Amino acid sequence: MQAYLVRRLLALIPTLFFASLIVFTTVRMIPGDIIDMMIAQNDIGSKVSRDALEAALGLDRPMLAQYFSWIGGILLRGDFGSSLWQHSPVGEEIFARLPVTFELGIMALVVALGLAIPIGIVSALRQDGLGDIIGRSFSILMLAVPGFWMGTMVMVFPSIWWGVSPEVKFVPFAEDPLGNLLQLAIPAVILGTSLSAVTMRMTRTMMLEVLRQDYIRTAWAKGQNERGVVIRHALRNALIPVVTLIGLQAPILIGGAVIMEQIFVIPGMGLLLLEAVGRRDYPIITGVFLIVGVAVVLINLLVDLSYGLLDPKVRYR
Amino acid sequence: MAAASDIVSPPRSALPPRRHPFIAGLLRLVREKPLGAIGLAIVLVFLICGIFADVIAPYGINQISPVNRLKPPSARFWFGTDHLGRDMFSRILFGAQLSVIIGLSAASLATVISLTLGIVSGYFGGKIDMLLQRLVDAWMSFPELIILIVVVSVVGPGMVQVIFILGLTFGIGGSRIIRGAVVSTRENMYIHATQSMGASTLRVLLAHILPNIMAPVLVLFSTRVGAVILVESGLSFLGFGVPPPAPTWGGMLSGSGRTYMYMAPWLALAPGLCLTLVVYGINVLGDALRDLLDPRMRGSR
Repeated sequence: MQAYLVRRLLALIPTLFFASLIVFTTVRMIPGDIIDMMIAQNDIGSKVSRDALEAALGLDRPMLAQYFSWIGGILLRGDFGSSLWQHSPVGEEIFARLPVTFELGIMALVVALGLAIPIGIVSALRQDGLGDIIGRSFSILMLAVPGFWMGTMVMVFPSIWWGVSPEVKFVPFAEDPLGNLLQLAIPAVILGTSLSAVTMRMTRTMMLEVLRQDYIRTAWAKGQNERGVVIRHALRNALIPVVTLIGLQAPILIGGAVIMEQIFVIPGMGLLLLEAVGRRDYPIITGVFLIVGVAVVLINLLVDLSYGLLDPKVRYR
Repeated sequence: MAAASDIVSPPRSALPPRRHPFIAGLLRLVREKPLGAIGLAIVLVFLICGIFADVIAPYGINQISPVNRLKPPSARFWFGTDHLGRDMFSRILFGAQLSVIIGLSAASLATVISLTLGIVSGYFGGKIDMLLQRLVDAWMSFPELIILIVVVSVVGPGMVQVIFILGLTFGIGGSRIIRGAVVSTRENMYIHATQSMGASTLRVLLAHILPNIMAPVLVLFSTRVGAVILVESGLSFLGFGVPPPAPTWGGMLSGSGRTYMYMAPWLALAPGLCLTLVVYGINVLGDALRDLLDPRMRGSR
């Protein structure tokens, strides 16, 4: 297990290196006139000169030197630079917002799996029955409904019909745990429902495949009840690709969180990114971009490692 | 000649009617995948609306009519009017036009990029493959929407930028599927035969690999159109897509219109419903195409 973990971590290095290159080159494409725009827009022109701003962004040095000082600062000192707007360290800004997005993501995932796995199982057990048809139609429809539209409808219609609208002022978990959970519940349900569509299809497909295996017939034949066959024998084997799917959906989940944070004014990473883009605060944009990429890579690592818990055949050799 | 064939051919009624392959394919779609045929119908209506928006639309895109502000749907304004008195039905049609343009061009660009990367990676293998695949891994760690937001923050919003970035993002992601198809085709006997006969690499790729991976390419293209339209609308919703007053479906749900939705809920309904319907149509059509053309990809996605 340890050797496997080390090997797996080593394999991350090239991926993370490329990810950092992508982040670096994307943001370094800033054309010169944007610098002028930043000076005009942020109203920092009176305080800093153009040269000073370029120096703050590190644009005055050769590309290679810029890259190494940027990545070196992050790796050695955890220094993501400082915000052009608030002059606070970018790292602090990001890690203050990260837990909120993480909480929203976990809640959405719980909703997604809570919907997808039971419906997927029932769909597979009663293949082509009424429940299966409803479940499948729902899933294929949910793939097409944009999250931001659902979010908008949830804001608009309850307000028109009953005069209620979601609280816009954010309640931190530390102050009022229940209020916080209730506030995040609506965006989490919207996000989770759209995520559940693909997972539901995958659960159904895998259950159908597993339920045809010989060992399932044996389990039935020895007189095991339905619950035991489905949960103990079939589901455990069907879940492995479903878990892989969670890793593949991580980017979709984070992208969706940005939209939900915008609609419901939740101060997470997504809203931080949108605010930073509005102010052209490039150190923050770069920082959020990189952290999101690293987070997805790490989620996929955790997914890989979790196979061992589900599947004893995976011995991490 | 005609007489001879009359003698050997079985009675006409026993033969399946000879049809153009396109018509035959269409009939097969309707017979075997009714849902896919519904999808095709939705997609066709969407395309017609998009292409002929200028002809169909009863009012101009930005034709303002202050007396008709926030009118509910009626015979005159099918989908109602917005806070500037602009006809929503006309704007939806022009929005369809934008979606058609962006969807088709970004998905085409994405397919070309996927093909190039996938063929290079899959056919040549070795170090190039290793390197490219790590790059694709890294690229796929970033949510499409976040890449788009960051790049737009650098290059500025606009239709060309959006098409280019969407094409690049989906193109790199989709190269995986093409690579897989190329790797499995590469090992076929006829490819080895062609190679041993001294065919040039380009000839092998264009004349033998490409035709044999057309099924996944077609399926990839069709699903990409839907994905592009959905992500573009999200981007426009956040205010980073094609800037207003362009009538993008995503943009109509955001910005200044939002405050008026509480008085005029049809403003929220029409763009979202159209978006859902179109993406649904493309998705079910894509699923049907995949099942009919490429059984290997069944159940994936």
